[in-house]
Amino acid sequence: MALEDMRPPIETGCPDGFQYMHPMMRRNFGLWAYHEDPQPGVLLHVAKSGEKVWTVRAGTQRILDIFTLRKLCDIGDQQADGYVHFTIRSNIEYFVTEEAKVQPLVDALNEAGFIVGGTRNSVAMMSHTQGWLHCDIPGTDASGVVKAMMDELITEFKEWNMPNRVHLTTSCCQINCGGQGDIAINVQHTKPPKINHDLVANVCERPSVVARCPVAAIRPALVNGKPSLEVDEKKCICCGACFPPCPPMMINDAEHSKLAVWVGGNHSNARGKPTFQKLVAAGIPNNPPRWPEATAVVKNILNAYKADARDWERVGEWVERIGWPRFFEITNLPFTKYHVDTWKGARNSLNASTHIRF
Amino acid sequence: MATKHHVTPMLDELENGPWPSFISGFKRLRDDHPDARINGLANGLLGQLEHSYETRKGYWKGGTVSVFGYGGGIIPRFSEVGNAFVESKEFHTVRVQPPASNFYSTDMLRQLGDSWEKHGSGLVTFHGQTGNIMFIGTDTSRIQHFFDEINEYGFDLGGAGPCVRTAMSCIGSARCEMSCFNEQAAHRHLVNNFTDDVHRPALPYKFKFKFSGCPNDCQNAIERADFAVIGTWRDDMRVDQAEFKAAIEKKGRQYIIDNVITRCPTNALALNDDDTIAVDNRNCVRCMHCLNVLPKALGVGEDRGVTILVGGKRTLKIGDLMGTVVVPFMKLRTEEDFEQIVEMAEEIVDFWAENGLEHERTGEMIERIGLVNFLEGIGIDVDPNMVSNPRQSSYIRMDGWDEAAVEWFEKKAEKAAG
Ligand code: SF4
Ligand code: SF4
Repeated sequence: MALEDMRPPIETGCPDGFQYMHPMMRRNFGLWAYHEDPQPGVLLHVAKSGEKVWTVRAGTQRILDIFTLRKLCDIGDQQADGYVHFTIRSNIEYFVTEEAKVQPLVDALNEAGFIVGGTRNSVAMMSHTQGWLHCDIPGTDASGVVKAMMDELITEFKEWNMPNRVHLTTSCCQINCGGQGDIAINVQHTKPPKINHDLVANVCERPSVVARCPVAAIRPALVNGKPSLEVDEKKCICCGACFPPCPPMMINDAEHSKLAVWVGGNHSNARGKPTFQKLVAAGIPNNPPRWPEATAVVKNILNAYKADARDWERVGEWVERIGWPRFFEITNLPFTKYHVDTWKGARNSLNASTHIRF
Repeated sequence: MATKHHVTPMLDELENGPWPSFISGFKRLRDDHPDARINGLANGLLGQLEHSYETRKGYWKGGTVSVFGYGGGIIPRFSEVGNAFVESKEFHTVRVQPPASNFYSTDMLRQLGDSWEKHGSGLVTFHGQTGNIMFIGTDTSRIQHFFDEINEYGFDLGGAGPCVRTAMSCIGSARCEMSCFNEQAAHRHLVNNFTDDVHRPALPYKFKFKFSGCPNDCQNAIERADFAVIGTWRDDMRVDQAEFKAAIEKKGRQYIIDNVITRCPTNALALNDDDTIAVDNRNCVRCMHCLNVLPKALGVGEDRGVTILVGGKRTLKIGDLMGTVVVPFMKLRTEEDFEQIVEMAEEIVDFWAENGLEHERTGEMIERIGLVNFLEGIGIDVDPNMVSNPRQSSYIRMDGWDEAAVEWFEKKAEKAAG
């Protein structure tokens, strides 16, 4: 386009959500009395006015092709009232104001291959990042891992058979864009970056790469007469932080980029304060297309949690109550020197008491 | 341009199993879509992804792509193996801000889908981790047309790069009885005040706003927002004793003791002999647990507002940080309240823009300079609600103690005088 044809943007920012809300929800905005959970995947909210709205929640493939998007819209037009909402975990929600419409809507979603569920004490849809499909720094895929795991956890998504809700997350690099989860499956690199010295000078702003390293392991160097970078491999913690600003710092490795599993991340303030996830397993192969080893670890933890936790206990609260030794015992996961924290504040994670369960 | 289909034996395995398959969706675009351009894009994408699966490596690199007048909002993706997968060698994502609280009519979804079908790959995600609609896959020449089209009917780009990012808000007052403020209004007041900082990245790093209607914090605000706005209330919680008795009748006294009374983190609940509940409201920390278990019997109070926490973020670079309390309570109801929160956000962003190092989130800056220096910088007084406990180390110079103590009592008197 020639410059004179360029159209200046209209900087409207975030659109008003009210125009896309179900009229009944608009009428009762801020005036809700209580809710009930009539069946898995279905919520009933009752307004102070006495009006009722049923929500039906369904899991999808998240990356929607236009055919799937239109199918979801058709269901919304035919079986619901033409208004939808997406949850933070990318589930779609439909709203109806008559109880009689709930089951036909559920049936239509199931028939079309979507999965109704993900409410209350179920395993929720995994929140995930882009991975090989679209990210520029990923050590693994995200959609593929999630598809393979949700295939195995579909009953737990559709039913209420967990002590409390379980949030699963994945991240394809150690920045952890997937966030905190009751169980998180994240990439963990195990070797320092291999440096493509021919490219560093052209592609990277060397001082900012040096500054990016959390342990000051990088320094500028001349390699083969060219300005490049050097990594002190003894110091390097293989975090991959230098890779995004400098792609020649090749951290991803087909064999040595592994998966690690973390548990106990929880963003809710319910009962205890929010918590970060803790390392429980590592060295899990990054094994496409279905990552069976990672799924096995997750299922193992879920089974132990389901069998042993009390109602309302999240994974982290359950482990807190039974203690880490017992956690490693019943999951039969190894406890290694790598579980002992070395990062800032590490001392706070040591047991400075005689509180020990026998 | 009928190219050969790439064979995808590994991806084909992701068509098995009961969960909906994104791979089947890609293949529908490749095989069934009437537009050869879209068939080609899907074919190239499948080919490159299969190559990633085989070699366990990613092949996208970034670059610079934008729309006229903006500096961000597009995630540029150029293939490093574009010679082998020509049709999708450019596969940029357009980040678009969703309506507050993620509401859509099916008509609007269709309209967005139609625009994307015309200019892009036909692949879209509602929503990415930051909260944007992710329109995945188009080339540089089409982005401006796509943006112009959706911008005409009310949609705007989100943030990418060192800028104020797209915000997220929970469903809140639109459907949830736990909600303590108008999340959508707060969301739009704040983030739309920063549109310039959204579209023209010039900050030390990213800055995220997130809005959760109550301390259940459905938007992960504490853990991943620089500026977390979380609903709460100051007065007594709502108690419906008849509903509480009904719950005991239904669930049993033991269940209520084990799952409600003894689970309160501050022992603020007691079961009376007559099967009513007693709440020690002064010691309730608004954790939400008892309300979550008994939403009919217990509810949020009437004197509602928000708590603001600053500095939450993910691992890079100093490790994960939670946001910490900067404003224990403020009302968020009148225009003046909203003006006040916008001003506070501006103070914080300005202070950080000036004092943050390159690639330093607010939480890392606070860690580096200390909370007190940060508070002084933005003009907010210290408050015991900001700490879990007072300091444990005596290694601090305290020759300003007397003045600080006098100041505390003066402020207290001022407050009492109204
Ligand atoms: S991988 Fe991490 S620790 Fe190693 S050099 Fe790069 S930034 Fe530093
Ligand atoms: S909301 Fe939490 S802190 Fe308050 S009374 Fe209920 S359980 Fe206790």
